[in-house]
This record gives sequence, C-alpha cells and structure tokens, in this order.
Amino acid sequence: MSFSLRSDNRLPQTRLAVVSYIIVGMIGLLLLGFWKLQVIDSDKYGQMAELNRVRSIPIIAPRGRMLDRDGRVLVDNRPSFSVLLLRDDPKLVQQYLPAISEGLGLSLDDLHDQLENTRNLPKFQPIVIKPEASSADLDFIESHRSDIPVLEMLSVSRRRYLPNGFLAHATGYVGEASEQQIEASNGKLRPGDVVGKAGLERQYNEILMGTDGMRRVIVNSIGKEVDRLSQQDPIPGKQIQLTIDMDLQQVAEESLGQRPGAVVALDPRTGEVLAMVSRPTPDPNDFAVRISAKEWKELNEDPLKPLLNRAIQAQLAPGSVFKIVTATGMLEDHQIPESFTTYCPGYATFFGRQYHCYVYYAKSGPHAHGATNLHDAILKSCDVFFYTVGMKMGIDRLSYYGDKLGLGHKTGIDLPSEESGLMPSEEWVQRVFHRKWYAGEAISVAIGQGAVTTTPLQLARLIGGIASGGVFKQPHMLKDAQNVATESFPLREHTVESITEAMYGVVNEPGGTGGRLKLTGVELSGKSGTAQVIGYDKMTLVKKGSKFADNAWFVGYAPRRNPEICVAVLVQESGQHGGEAAGPVVRDIVKAYYDKKNRKAGTGTVTAQQLTPAPAKALATAPVVALKPEDASEPRPASTGQDQDHP
Amino acid sequence: MRDAPGTRDYDWWLLAILAAICALGVIEIYSATHASNLAGMHIKQIKWLIFGFAIMFALSRVDYHLILDQALILYVVCLIALGAVLVLGGSHFGARRWIRLFGQDFQVSELAKLIIIIVVARFFAEVRSDELDLRDLLKACMLVGVPLALILKQPDLGTAMVLMPMLAVGAFLAGLKWQHAAVFMLAGILLVGAVFYPPVSKHILKPYQRERITSFLHPEEDAKGSGYQLLQSKIAVGSGGFWGKGFGNGSQNQLGYIPVRYSDFIMSAWAEEQGFKGVLLALGLYMALLLRLVQNAQRAKDRAGMFLVMGVAAALGFHVLVNVAMVIGAMPVTGIPLPLMSYGGSATLFVFMAIGLVMNVRLRRFVN
Repeated sequence: MSFSLRSDNRLPQTRLAVVSYIIVGMIGLLLLGFWKLQVIDSDKYGQMAELNRVRSIPIIAPRGRMLDRDGRVLVDNRPSFSVLLLRDDPKLVQQYLPAISEGLGLSLDDLHDQLENTRNLPKFQPIVIKPEASSADLDFIESHRSDIPVLEMLSVSRRRYLPNGFLAHATGYVGEASEQQIEASNGKLRPGDVVGKAGLERQYNEILMGTDGMRRVIVNSIGKEVDRLSQQDPIPGKQIQLTIDMDLQQVAEESLGQRPGAVVALDPRTGEVLAMVSRPTPDPNDFAVRISAKEWKELNEDPLKPLLNRAIQAQLAPGSVFKIVTATGMLEDHQIPESFTTYCPGYATFFGRQYHCYVYYAKSGPHAHGATNLHDAILKSCDVFFYTVGMKMGIDRLSYYGDKLGLGHKTGIDLPSEESGLMPSEEWVQRVFHRKWYAGEAISVAIGQGAVTTTPLQLARLIGGIASGGVFKQPHMLKDAQNVATESFPLREHTVESITEAMYGVVNEPGGTGGRLKLTGVELSGKSGTAQVIGYDKMTLVKKGSKFADNAWFVGYAPRRNPEICVAVLVQESGQHGGEAAGPVVRDIVKAYYDKKNRKAGTGTVTAQQLTPAPAKALATAPVVALKPEDASEPRPASTGQDQDHP
Repeated sequence: MRDAPGTRDYDWWLLAILAAICALGVIEIYSATHASNLAGMHIKQIKWLIFGFAIMFALSRVDYHLILDQALILYVVCLIALGAVLVLGGSHFGARRWIRLFGQDFQVSELAKLIIIIVVARFFAEVRSDELDLRDLLKACMLVGVPLALILKQPDLGTAMVLMPMLAVGAFLAGLKWQHAAVFMLAGILLVGAVFYPPVSKHILKPYQRERITSFLHPEEDAKGSGYQLLQSKIAVGSGGFWGKGFGNGSQNQLGYIPVRYSDFIMSAWAEEQGFKGVLLALGLYMALLLRLVQNAQRAKDRAGMFLVMGVAAALGFHVLVNVAMVIGAMPVTGIPLPLMSYGGSATLFVFMAIGLVMNVRLRRFVN
C-alpha cells in the first residue's frame, strides 16, 4: 500500500495551475471589495463612523431668576435630571422598550405614545421620557449602560417658585414650547424647550431664557462617554428685578387668605406694582416638570378658574367704586351744581320704575339716607344720589369720563392676556346689540352696575390717578422699566380736593362705609363697592346662597393727596359689604407699607439693599408691550397654553 | 536514499510569509486590545505562535507517508472524538464544540479538519485512473459526509463548510469529470439556495444561523444582531480609507464598535487602522502563501503529497475567502477566523499543523 503511494507521481499540473488562477482571482475580488469600501465609499463610511462615536448632548441654560424690589429671590432654579431616550436606532429602541418601562416605572403605552408623538423629529435628537428622574432611576441607567444603550441622563435646572402659590399669577409658569410657539420662533425654539407660558415668565421669556449649550462627546460602543470633543457653554438667562415688595406681597397673600378674589397694590407715583394676588391659585411648581393631560384638563375645567389672574383678567361690575367716576364727571362737567342735594327715602323712581338704594335693605338702622350732598353720598355710598346724577348726566358724559379715567382700556401692564373691561356707551349698544340706548341704563351704570365691568388693576390705577390730580402711570412689574407711559387727564384742583376729601371721609369720618379701617398716623382713604351679581329685586326671589352673593370691593390709598400706595381688593361672592370683606385687606397692606417705611426711616439704610445681587441692567425691552394672547386651543395637552376666560 | 532532510530544504519563503502574517496579527491584536480589559492578549497569541512553530517543525520531521498509512485509524479516532464532544463536550454559546484536554479547552473540529485533509489525500492518492469515476466520487463524499454531519450537529456550520472545499479541490485534482462537476455545482447551488430560502432553511438551519442569513440579506432589519456587526465592520473598513487612521487610532476598533475585533473581525480592525494599503499588504501575503502552497504541490514527489498540500491550501484559502468576505459585508457571519491573524489557540495550532504537513511534503520531494 505505502509502496503504491510513494511510487505514483502523476501530477495534474494543468489543474494545479487552474487552482492558482482561482486563488489570484479570489484575492483580486476581495481587493475590489475593499477598494469599493475604502476608496469609493470612504467618505460615506467616514461620516458613519463619526456619527457612531460622537454624540451631542445639550447643556440646558438655566433661566434667569426673578427678584423682588429689594433683591430677594422670588423665583429661582433647582438642579434636576431628566431621562433621555436616544432614538438613532428605532429597532434598538423597540427592543429595549419593555426593559425601560419596567426599570423606570413608566407604562409601555405611554412610551409608545411619546415615540409616536415625536416621530417627525430628527432621529438624532433624543427625547425626554422621564422629566424628573429619581436617584433610583439614575442608578438604573448607570448600571445598565452596557445592556440598555439607549438611555442617557440630562442635567437640567427646574423652575422653583415660592410655595403655596406665592405671587403665582404674576410670575406665571413655564412649560414645553407648543408647536405654535416653535413655529413662531423662527428656529430659536426646539421641541422640548422650556418657555414661559403665562405671566412674567411669558412676558419676559426672551430675557429669562438663556441659550442652551452643547457638549460633543465620544462614546464607545456601549454608550459610555470616553472623551470630550468640544463644549459650547450655555448662556444663562438674565435675571429680572420686579417692583414687587415681598413683604407687602406676603401680607396681601395672607390677608386675602383662601377667599376667591384679587389684590393689586400700586405706587401711583411710578406705576410700580407692589403686590399682586389672585385666588384661587394653582402651584406653578406643579407645572415646572410636566403636567399630565388629565391634571391640565382639571385645572382648565375647574369652575373656580384657578388659572385666571383675577387682578388683570376678572371683568366684573365695580359697584359703588364707580361712583368716584360719576362724581368726578359731575364736578368736571359743571352741568350739575356742586351743591346739588337729593333726598334719599331708600329708593327713587325713574321712568315709572323703582330703583332701590342699598340702604333700603339694611339689616339695622334707618332704611334711608335722607338729604344727601356729594360728600355724604360718597361717604355713605348713597345710590339714590348717583342714580339722579347719572340720570342727569346721561350715558355719553359718563362714558366719556369712564373712558378718560381708563375704563374699557387695558392698563398696559407688562403681563400677557390683560383684559380691558367694558365702559358701555350708546355707540357700544348700537354696535353690539343693534339697538338704541335706554336712558334708564345710565342710572345703573352711574352706580357701577349694568353693563360696566372693570378689572381690579383698572380700579387701582383709576383711584390712584384721580388722587394724583389726573396723572395715570402705566402699571408695570419690571423694576428697571424704560418708557413707562404717563396718561394725563388734568382735573381741576377743586374736583380732586372734593373727591379725596370724601374718600378720606369714607375711612375717617363717622358714617363712612370704611369706618372700621381707620389707621392712626396714616391718611388712609378709599371707596368701597358691593357689586351685585344679580339684581336686588331678583335676589329677594331666590334663596340667598353664595352663588349669588355680592362681590366685595375696596380700593384704598394713602396719603390723601398724591398717594404713595393704592390698593384694590376684590373678594368674590363673599356676601359681605365691600368695606367689611375687602377693606381690611387694604388696611393690612397699607399698614404694612407704612410700618416698613417707618422702620426704614428709623434704621437709615436698608439692609436688604446690601444683599441685593446686581440686577439685570437696563433691559432694552419696554415693559409696555402686552404679548398677543396665545391660541387657547392647543393640540398637545402636555404643553401649557393660557386658558382664556371671560367671566 | 537520504531519510533525514537538512535545514536548507525547508521552504524558507513560506516560513517568511507565515511569520509576516503572524506579525500583522500580533500587531493588530495589540492595537485592538491594549487599551481595554483584554490587554495582554497579544502575548498569549505570541505564546500560541511559538507553540505552533514547534509543532510545525515536529510534524515536518515525521514522513508524511507514515502519517498517511495511519489514515484509517486517524479517521476512526476523529469520528469518536467528534461523537465524544457531542456527548461530553463543554458548551459555549449554545454549541458543544470544546473538550478539555491537558487543562486546556480544545476545539475538536479544528483537529478534525486536519485529519480529514489527511484522509482525503490518502483516498484520492489511491485512485488509480486519471479520471475520477462516480463510485469513487460517492465514496469520497461519504468519507467527508460523516464527520461533516457530526460537526454540523454541534452545531458549527463554519467548520463544516471548510470540509467541502477540501473535498472539492481534492476531487478536482483527482480528475473530476465535467459532468460530475456540473452535478456538484448544481448541488452546491441548491444547498446555498436552500440556506437562503426561508421555507427550506427553517428545516435545516438552527434559529441563530437563519438569523445570521436574514441579517446578512437585510442588515437594516437587524438592530444589534449580526446585521449590526456586518454594518459596523463595513463602517470600520470604509472609514479607514486608503491610508488608514493609524495604529491605535481606529475609532470603530478602539471604541469597541467592531465585534470581536481581535478575532473573527481582526481584518476589519486592520483595514480601519492601516487603510487600503494595509489590506493590500495583508491580502498580498495571503495570496503569496496560497500560491506558495500550490507551488509546493506542483513540486511534490508523489500524488499523495500533492493532495496533502492542496488539502491544506483548500482549507486555508476557504478560511481567508469566507472571513474576509464577511468583513466587507459580502458574506454572512459564519464564525470562521482569519488564519494566523485572528486570536485563538486551537485555530492557530491547526494552521501550524497543516503547514507542518506541507513542510513534510516539501522536505521529502528529493527523497526516494
């Protein structure tokens, strides 16, 4: 056997040569393959390799803080982490979704929804699947870096507002930019960006919002960051200093308590808003992360309308506070002599109809005011006097003065979505109801009922402006505001003196409707208002319930002439008289103002000034511009749009 | 009659080519692993190489005719060993391929490849006629078919496939008739077709094998599986460009995007860091190696020696083809390493033993 193996030496040389050629051909083909990849398509694969290893992670710029007038922090930020889902590879994402759902405690359906909603975004852009990551979540991500390579942590800063809705309606809140906002921003905003949605957050969004930075890092195949390529630092938002006085705000919040209503305190000399409260209030901290569609729906559908900033958006009958407008008109018009006196038997009859004075329904004491002049009529808020004056003046004159004193117009405060209220006129009924004005309607308007509606801010501006001789400063909340507008409607010295004398009397003379508000050493003046939600006549027909209880108003200021502070307070459906329900809030705030002022005068310099960090200097933006109200019907429930509401 | 060949009879060119390829492998294993927790792997590989060279020289000293005489015993031992692996072998990644010997895991199918080269060479050397008749062809197919089936059973598709070119090249050189060649080819095409045709492949392939086929055909549908591996390999190769990214600078390699970059995909790592010029060098060396083997076959003293050398050439050539084609995404992932460059003990030893057989034939070409 082995002999035959050794002896057989016939070799198939031709076939061996063929094998050589096959070898050369094979190597040649392989080289062609490499040539295609490494020379022809080299750029394409180079880019893919770059995409593989380089990951861009945004660095969120913190929003600017909001400080009060003394430099105390009203709104700042707190550090937090969001969980990002990297979506470069959809297959991979689908594969890990169940594990992610379990590990982070998110429902699978929710995750699917989020992916579906962001389907149109570029794939390289990660999405936030859990905005507020717990330390357990962070541990989960860190420990599963290698087996779940699609998760990343993003360090973010979240808005921190003071608790219990402190100043909540003025500051507003932030939320993820809506599609409309993104479209309108000319590429400045990207989906997921946090922007101001309401209040000052929205008004001064451009100042408060910084520019996000970007970190380009090299990641290995299991998603671990191994090196940093470049970093573009974020530009933090600028802080803004507000005119709000935290001490007064505190008093206002506490004094109004949980009663539905509003407080606004102004410095009529400058237009600075010192305090602003609206009740009920949501906690804007709830919006700082992400609000669920359900919670958002509940807030919007709450009959108490917690999202409404009543200080600038509640349009309600001003009641007797309007009598100051009627009185001012009467004195400026000269049609009715200043000495004009009516007799109030508790009611008056015009055009065959009886109009009652509120005193007619008084629980105790006389049911009539008797002979009443202007001073007494303001002091005691006699309706019959003003029915008569309104009747004599007519709607044209009333409307003229209401208009000149700022009713029916927005005050121009630097907050979005301010309402204008309504000062009815002949022209208005013609336009809206296509009918003629009934002379009797002026009678109701003269005492602030009927079609006339105002916001608390309008009333504070109006009363403060009249006491300042007809100089109306534009209300604003930004401390370094430029171009604060001044409206002038010069009133005769005698008019101002008479009216302020009467309003001083309201608080300080016996029989005044604000008699219990008297403060020693402070010339607190003002006017109460008790506005009917429905007419007195109908009131007797229905069972008295809070649903139809009166709105209580009090607008007070000090000192008597050229006031430093003017406070308007609305307590809705309290069932109490304006002087009783709203007056004490005004008194508390004015008292706090003077206490602080005296304390300052005593100690010389203010310590808070030294604590003040440098505020954002000379902001170019005029606070005068009110933003256009955002579209109320937003398709994405997670994004927050101001709910427009007209009570 | 000299029975002890001298050192000058060794194929020094072949040894030089071998050494060069091994050097490329060690360099790239170092580059791929030095910065990771696998650091030091190149030292292990060098140890395997030294061991391999020793075995190669040892094997070259024993007359190959003596080895061929023991073909039947070797064949039986081979079948028993393959059977033993199926019954006793350690399981890795769901496949029984390893058996523990002298405190080391050995992949028995590597040894089987070597034995089948010997058995096939012996079989064809005994064929008397210039043409291979059908009976002998079928016998040869049976001879290879039994161990092939056992290896497939492990399952190890890659190694099983390597047996086929050994048979094909052997049959071709033994005077395969063109009619039979046509039938052979047809059967091959049908087999490949069956593998790629899901309704049939689900009966003959394991799920993971079918997955690899699918991901080869549709890489985009396979996220992190073998489609991803092929894509990452192509990215590595392509991004290397003509000049390469430089030693230790391949991002795909260094950041771990290339799967098993020190072993099956080492060519991918090499191509990324050394570029097309490096590929030219590596494939040039492999071509030189294979052609040198053919030359040795042409100069063999007898048919038996020629078949032995060509069996080795067929096995190595197939390894190179399938591995490199996989690296450039032209073939599915099969788990076939690149001879002498890929890290691995059993595979390296197989190559050196095979080359030892070639040396053996070479040393005895003038011996009568």
